[in-house]
Order: sequence, then structure tokens, then C-alpha cells
Amino acid sequence: MSTIGLISLILTSALVYSTPLILTALGGTFSERSGVVNVGLEGIMVMGAFSGIVFNLENAGRFGGWTPWLGIAVGGLVGMLFSLLHATATVSFRADHIISGTVVNLMAPALGVFLIKVWYGKGQTDNIDSNLGYFSFPALENIPVIGDIFFKNTFLPAYLAIGIAIIAWYVISKTRFGLRLRSVGEHPQAADTLGVNVYLFRYSGVLLSGLLGGMGGAIFAQSISGNFSAGTIVGQGYISLAAMIFGKWNPLGAMGAAIFFGFAQSLSIIGAQLPVISSIPPVLLQIAPYLLTIIVLVLFLGRSSAPQASGKNYVKSK
Amino acid sequence: MNNRNAKIRSILVPVLSVVLGLAIGAIIMAAFGFNPVVGYQSMLNASLGNQRSIGETLRQATPLILTALGFSIANSAGFFNIGLSGQALCGWVASVSFALIFPDLPKIILLPLCVILGALAGALAAAIPGVLRAYFGTSEVIVTIMMNYIVLYLSTFILQDAMPESFRSSLDSSNRITENASLSMESLSRFFGGSRVNAGLFIALVGLVVVWFIMKKTTLGYEIRAVGLNPNASEYAGMSSKRSIILSMVLSGTFAGLGGVVEGLGTYQNFFVQTESLTIGFDGLAVSLLGAGSSIGILLAALLFSVLQIGGLGMQTGAGVPFEIVNVVIALIIFFVAISYIMRVLLAKVMPDKRQKEVIQNLESSSGGQDEKGGDL
Repeated sequence: MSTIGLISLILTSALVYSTPLILTALGGTFSERSGVVNVGLEGIMVMGAFSGIVFNLENAGRFGGWTPWLGIAVGGLVGMLFSLLHATATVSFRADHIISGTVVNLMAPALGVFLIKVWYGKGQTDNIDSNLGYFSFPALENIPVIGDIFFKNTFLPAYLAIGIAIIAWYVISKTRFGLRLRSVGEHPQAADTLGVNVYLFRYSGVLLSGLLGGMGGAIFAQSISGNFSAGTIVGQGYISLAAMIFGKWNPLGAMGAAIFFGFAQSLSIIGAQLPVISSIPPVLLQIAPYLLTIIVLVLFLGRSSAPQASGKNYVKSK
Repeated sequence: MNNRNAKIRSILVPVLSVVLGLAIGAIIMAAFGFNPVVGYQSMLNASLGNQRSIGETLRQATPLILTALGFSIANSAGFFNIGLSGQALCGWVASVSFALIFPDLPKIILLPLCVILGALAGALAAAIPGVLRAYFGTSEVIVTIMMNYIVLYLSTFILQDAMPESFRSSLDSSNRITENASLSMESLSRFFGGSRVNAGLFIALVGLVVVWFIMKKTTLGYEIRAVGLNPNASEYAGMSSKRSIILSMVLSGTFAGLGGVVEGLGTYQNFFVQTESLTIGFDGLAVSLLGAGSSIGILLAALLFSVLQIGGLGMQTGAGVPFEIVNVVIALIIFFVAISYIMRVLLAKVMPDKRQKEVIQNLESSSGGQDEKGGDL
């Protein structure tokens, strides 16, 4: 394989694996910035994957090439609806955030597989025909070298995810909405005194995490697994959570960490085709993202990085 | 009077959670064209209908009791040990591996060694997040979640690459352990119609008593609970919170490890490739939450969960309802336990008397007391 071909292969497969992680990690960032810990990201991704695949299977004939993109939208909406469970429990009913998130994770695969069995009479769906294939940017792909690496036969949703990350950064750090969202995550009492509706912003944070996590799950299912079963999403939600922490609750940081994790995940898949990497035992590549998370947490992060009120319920006093 | 009311409510909340969970399960079944009455009937029939099914239900409850005990110990110290799956898997792999390496040791030596080794492996896996939490303030939630996956992939690696090939019957499963390492008890199994119920049940029952004793009657248990209630105050009172953190995690992992041991040496008698984290981990967490961490509560909750799970299999064959409905019901039950605040408020409004008004006011002005439990994320 030529060097450029090799670089292009590594980059593209890293982008494929990163995209769901980027979106879901951004979702986690919105949620935690508003003060709600969301370990339910895994379950939200499962619901996104489930609904994306079901939509895709049912509508591939009707929408043709647009099907997987609509599937992403459907996955996002279903993820958002599902996250309402977490939002209601934590914001309105004062549930422990970790327990509520765990409920989301327990519920999603069970509900998904239950519905698949009811609708299709078997434990996993057929493979979809219309998936998120590779895309070449017109004109840009003809740029020598750079075109070959970045714009030819590449993964379009990755560029969408990177765009959303930049928008998320702008929203959180530069807009009124972002400022208020952060204020309820840092000091809800003070925010409340200034007339910010704490509950409303916390609901927004969690629902945004549902939207983005659901999109992430739908992208994963429609590009990597190609069908839905109980084992479609295994740990991607938790890795996204780690990426968010890695990225210090900053959307751009979370994106960078997600790309790194995606790269690490893709290595365990394409590693056999690469020089040097192919000699590393696959198990090391498999556990690398998880191990690195622990190491980075220990070495580089103090306890103080998380939003101050993250994980704490806010009770409005009379 | 108030005290008695509070006690009744603390029992009513889990009971109501179970009832509501089952009711919503019934609604879901009905919504998809299944008959919930037939569904629940075949569930009860399959889990308690005869000696053998009762035996299987007890067998299923065994690891759940142990992992739930593990969760409850860490939870008393204020930690959320979500790594029970990985710790149990460590126990499973360690105990079966040792049994495969020394198949011919006499039973009286081999079996205890396998059990102890499995418990130690679980303890070690839990000690890592404990130490990191104590010395670096690293969130045990994140570390244990990550450890689950590390252990999962490592266990497959150990089976497929690290073990000698002669230890495997196929690429996906190890040989059976010998009788000398087995927890199966022929008399017990025969009494329950040939079910796989095994001596692990006694380990679990002893575990219930031991944990009750440690937590309620020893200084260690007192210190663990004190750290859970207020780490600063207990530090000021001369207790080492670092020590309590690590010890509580080690104890927690020990019981989770035993949960894996009874699966390996009791139920399955071998080790096979796991495609996802062990469900006994997350189910144990759920059992402990439902049982409110008390020994008797854990016992009852574990029995209920295994009735649901063993019965769920029968429901699938008997009434055609997909098994997964059981896990939906379990998740719902835990959801209702998690929102117990609102349930208590509603309960107090449904059964009003003078004191109930105070209760509502108390609930509404306090922030629930659970806020700090999740740790720093």
C-alpha cells in the first residue's frame, strides 16, 4: 500500500469510529455543564442505534440514499425522548444521577431487543442495505495529496460531527444560553437568584445529550454494525463519557479526545493491515482506550475540573 | 408513632416499586398483544412450579446475593461500585484457571483454594479503583466502568491466548473443572429435581450473615459507615478515611469475586468467552438498591429477581412473550426506587394525618440526602 493510501486508510477508519463518540461526548458535555451527570449515554446510544436501524430497514425503499441520514435524525429524536426519563428522574424527582443513568442503561437494550423480537420474530435485525457509505467531496478530492487523504472516499458524518462540535463550543462559551447553562451547573442557587430557570436549563442539557447521543448511536449502527442486536453498542457510551472527562468538559476537548479514542478503537480493527501495529497483540489495542482513560484521570485531572454542582440535585427553596 | 410510620413507608417504597414495575410490564405486554395474566402465570410456573424450577431459582439467586452484598458494602462507604461485573469475572476466571492447573489436588485443599483465590481476584480488581480514589481522588464510577471492559477483554485473551491449548475444549470455552474443584452437591441437586443449585448457596447465605455482622457489629463496619455519612467528620474523629475507602472497596470486590466463583465452580463448571459484561454485576447492583442494602432485603430482592429471570425464560416458551420484558421490568423497579422521593411525597398525601404534613415539609426542604453518593464525575 502506498504511504498516502495508508494514511488515508488510517484517517478514514479513525473518523468512522470517532464520529459516534464525538457526538455522544458532546451530549455528555451539555448534560454535565447543566449539572446532571449522565452515565446513561450508553443506553441512549442503544436507543439511537435501535431506532436508526428500524427506520432504515422499513424505509430504505422510500428514501433511497437519504435513508441513513434520516435514520440519524430519527435516532436523535428517539434518544431525546428516551433521555426524558433521566431528566425527569434527576431534575424533577431528585433521583441519584448515577442510579438513574444505570436504569437508562439497563432499560435500553432490553426494550430494544423486546421490540425487535415482537416486530421481527428474532433477536437481531437483518443487515441494512442502505448504509452511510463513503463520500468524495466534489472538486476538493482533486487537490493533490490533501484531497486524497481528507476528501476522497471519506466519511461525511465525521465532518458533520466536527462541525457540531465547533457549534457546541460556540454555544456553550459564547452565547447567553451557554452562559446560563453553565451557571446552573456551577452554582444553581446563584443562577436561580438571578432569575435563571434552573430546572428548564437542566432539562435542556439532558435532552441535548439525548439528541446527540441518539444521533451517535444511529451513526454507529448504520456505519459500523449494520444491524441491531443486544451487542451492537458495547461500551461506546462509556468511552464517550470518558472522552468528555478527557476533554475537560470542553466541547473541542471532548471532540479531540473522541477522535483519539476512535483512532484507538479503529486500530484494533484495521491493525492487522498496518506495519508495526500488526505485531502488537490485539488485546492491548482493545483495552488501550479504557486503560488510557484511567491513567489520564490519575495523572492529569484533579477533582476540580467538573462543573461544581454536577451530580447534585437542586431544590428550589420557598 | 412517627417512627413506625417511617418504617412502614421504607418498606412500602420497595414493595410499591415492585408492584408498579410489574404493572407497567403488564401494560407493555398487553400493548403488544400478549395476555399479561398468562404471561405472569407461566412466569410463576416456570420459576416456582416444581422442585427443579425452585432449585434453578435458588441457583440464580446465589450470585445475585453475593454481588449485591458487594455493592452494599461500597455503598455504605459512599461509593458507587459499578465494577461488580468485572470483579465477578476476575473471580470466575481465577477460580476456574486454578482448578484447571491443579485438577488432581484433593478436594479438601483444591476447592477452598479455588474459592479463596477467586475472592482475592475480585478484591484485587476492586482495590485498584479504591486506591486511586483514596490517593488521587479519581472517580470510582469511571474507573470501575473502564475496568469492566479491561477485564472483559483480558478474560477472552487469557482463555484464547494465554492458557495452554490443552485447557480448552474449543476456542470459546475451557475444559470442565474436575469434581475436586466443583461446588456441585449431588444430594442438594437431587432434592431439587436435578437442578444446578449448588453449595454456592451456602456461601451466599453465610455471606449475608457475615456482612451483617461486619457492618453492624465491628469497628471496621462502623468506620466504613461513618466515612459514608461524613468523611470529614470521621477523619476529624481520628479514623483514616483512606483506609476505610480502600477496605470497603476490597471487601466489596471480595463478595463480587465470590459471585463469579459460584458461577464458575457451581453453575457452569467451566469458563467460556463473554461477549459483554456479566449481567450478575448490574443485577446485583439492582438487587442491593431494591433491598436497601440490608441483609434481609437483599435476600428477598435476590429471590424476586431470580423468580423474574428464571420465570422469564418460561414466559418466553410458555406465553411467547420475549424474555427481555423481564429486564424492562427490573429497570422499571429500580427507576421507582430511584425516584422514591416523589413516591414518599405521594404516599404521605394519600395517607394523610397530622404528622404526614411534617413529613412532606421535611422531604420538600431537604435535598434528599442522596446527592453526594454518585461521587465526582
